[in-house]
Amino acid sequence: MSENGQATEDKAKKLDLNRNEMPKQPPEVRRRNFDEVALGYTAQLAVTEAKRCMQCKKPKCVTGCPVDIDIPGFISHVVRGDFAGGIKRIKEKNCLPAVSGRVCPQEMQCESQCVLKNKKGEIAIGRIERFLADWESASGKLEVPPRARQSGKKVAVVGSGPAGITVAGDLILLGHEVTVFEALHKAGGVLTYGIPEFRLPKSVVAREVDYVRSLGVEVVTDFVVGKTRTVDELLEEYDAIFIGTGAGLPWFMNIPGENLNGVYSANEYLTRMNLMHGYLFPSAATPVKKHSKVAVVGGGNVAMDSARTALRMGAKEVYIVYRRSHAELPARLEESENAEEEGVIFKVLTLPVAYTGDENGWVRQMECLRMELGEPDASGRRAPVEVKGSNFLIDVDAVVCAIGNSPNPLIPSTTSGLQITKRGTLVADAETGKTTRDRIWAGGDIVTGAATVILAMGAGRKAARSIHAWLS
Amino acid sequence: MNRVVERRMIVPNLHLLTLEAPEVARKIRPGQFVIVRPRDEGERIPLTAADWDAGKGTLTCVFMEVGASTGALALLRPGDTVPTCVGPLGNATDIGDYGTVACVGGCYGIGSIYPVCKELKRAGNQVLTIVEARSSYLLYWLKELSAVSSRLLTVTRDGSHGAKGHAARVVELIKEQPKKPDRVIVNGCTFLMARVSELTRSLGIPTFVNLNPIMIDGTGMCGVCRVTVGGQTRFACVDGPEFDGHKIDWKEFLARRKAYMEEEALLTGRSARDEAVHQEGKCQS
Repeated sequence: MSENGQATEDKAKKLDLNRNEMPKQPPEVRRRNFDEVALGYTAQLAVTEAKRCMQCKKPKCVTGCPVDIDIPGFISHVVRGDFAGGIKRIKEKNCLPAVSGRVCPQEMQCESQCVLKNKKGEIAIGRIERFLADWESASGKLEVPPRARQSGKKVAVVGSGPAGITVAGDLILLGHEVTVFEALHKAGGVLTYGIPEFRLPKSVVAREVDYVRSLGVEVVTDFVVGKTRTVDELLEEYDAIFIGTGAGLPWFMNIPGENLNGVYSANEYLTRMNLMHGYLFPSAATPVKKHSKVAVVGGGNVAMDSARTALRMGAKEVYIVYRRSHAELPARLEESENAEEEGVIFKVLTLPVAYTGDENGWVRQMECLRMELGEPDASGRRAPVEVKGSNFLIDVDAVVCAIGNSPNPLIPSTTSGLQITKRGTLVADAETGKTTRDRIWAGGDIVTGAATVILAMGAGRKAARSIHAWLS
Repeated sequence: MNRVVERRMIVPNLHLLTLEAPEVARKIRPGQFVIVRPRDEGERIPLTAADWDAGKGTLTCVFMEVGASTGALALLRPGDTVPTCVGPLGNATDIGDYGTVACVGGCYGIGSIYPVCKELKRAGNQVLTIVEARSSYLLYWLKELSAVSSRLLTVTRDGSHGAKGHAARVVELIKEQPKKPDRVIVNGCTFLMARVSELTRSLGIPTFVNLNPIMIDGTGMCGVCRVTVGGQTRFACVDGPEFDGHKIDWKEFLARRKAYMEEEALLTGRSARDEAVHQEGKCQS
């Protein structure tokens, strides 16, 4: 091929705006099973997608990544078919790529910065990341990085969610002894109890936890720090502590009838299904009810997860009840689209004000108000305003309240010297994760309030660096 | 993983379970509970502590066999293990020097009131212990309770041991005391706790109950254990389990406890085919 020909081909490549779709289970099939919805790129699709990347000299995508992954770098490996090189490049910055490739809101982060974005042809970075992580796992060639010389220092990590797992994985490689304490019987935090199987298979989470275990991290489950032992007691044995206990305290609306049977927090509903495998009842022992009309209150990812779970449990009608309009839904677009395709009915500009039940204390109806959008509020979104007298009823036999979570007060309330904010979050330095108390670091949702998996991982990484510097 | 030291039926349908749980035994206080999972894929069941030995690192609970999961616990033998025993959870019973405290126990609560009596007596209180059961053969630990009480009374529905009657008779006994108790603490089935609370209200005696709602995580995460206390929603696992019995919305509490009765029946039906379950003495509350 002449030099000229090569240039023409390069140019043609640059103009390729066809984002490669990721194969998915069809909606009418997946709405009745718990298998993963998105099936992942094939190697061929991954390479085709990677080849569209323009390899910008000053890549803007990286600036959109909370953990600074060398995105053009790993993509260039994929272009060459060097998948091992690609995953290695990602793992320099992100130890949970199979998770973040699935649940990161890439459309708001790396992909939103892609130069092809304004032509609607941004590179599907998350899908390529996911492909590499799954390829590595399938290849069985999991590369274990070399471990630094033993430092003789001990670190306790409280919580085995994305922040805690990241801290543990980083510090063990830096030569420290690491123990992770998890209150539940299975590690993974929100990845295990919260995000459903069909969006993040538990085998993927187990793989990531097993990986840090294989590096030498000890994971102690069924251990509630603050109860089984306090942070102060742990400080007698450990040189430093990282607190990554997340945001696990569910909010309710404090409206009449909220304690009727059949009204769940999203945490309860999802924990029954995910952690306790309620969808397998009765072969798993934790009971779940069969509901026919389920209303999920809220518009975030957790609401979508709950609604889609309810469909899969056989509900005839599932509603998302959200007080703002469709445009303000905080859920990832992909998730709300998936929900809609599967048949979830969106009742937007709707605010529940009360629940009424039957003589046995089971919820039967929800009373709602219609809303309209007013001026933008503190969040920058147009504020929902009640339409007076617009009350109406919806028949339901279950309600899932998915309006948010705040941090669990267990550790702040049992540990002296930790400054907390009005929202119940721990005060910690944004760059280092250092709390207001010596030898204690924190990161993830316990510091930021409910946020994303990747931000928690990023915070974990920064804290690990700071802890290491302090220990050395 | 926790090894089973002992598991035996102490009276029909009530079992004593002693587990190796050194971390829990070191920390637990009267009124607190643990969550036990009888087997993989098993339910998480809250059990109130009845006794412990920090030195030996063991924890003892008394539980009633009511469904599939407690049925699985009831089949454990020494040397077996349970995958989960986590705790101590919840807040401990307030132990102070109140003067005279009436401690009331029924079914599993005869076990869990024992450490409460013990600590209250140690704190200098006059401890009047009243235990209640359907019949004499369902009473247990009378010797142990007697040792940690100033006085021990029994109430049976058939009159086969002590006074004849039920919850109302318990309150009558409290009322008949020469000196009105300064506080009443009740551990047991919902009926007993609700009824005693209802009857002590007019007597003006502060009454505290140790609630036993359905739980999953037991650390404040799921909110299934919500209970309305004084018009406010509280989580029994982290705000309780002990609450002012006069302020609890008992009707709501009872309805929430019964939420999964049909599913329980389905499971118990299944396990009855594979495993021996004890049908006798089911508590209907």
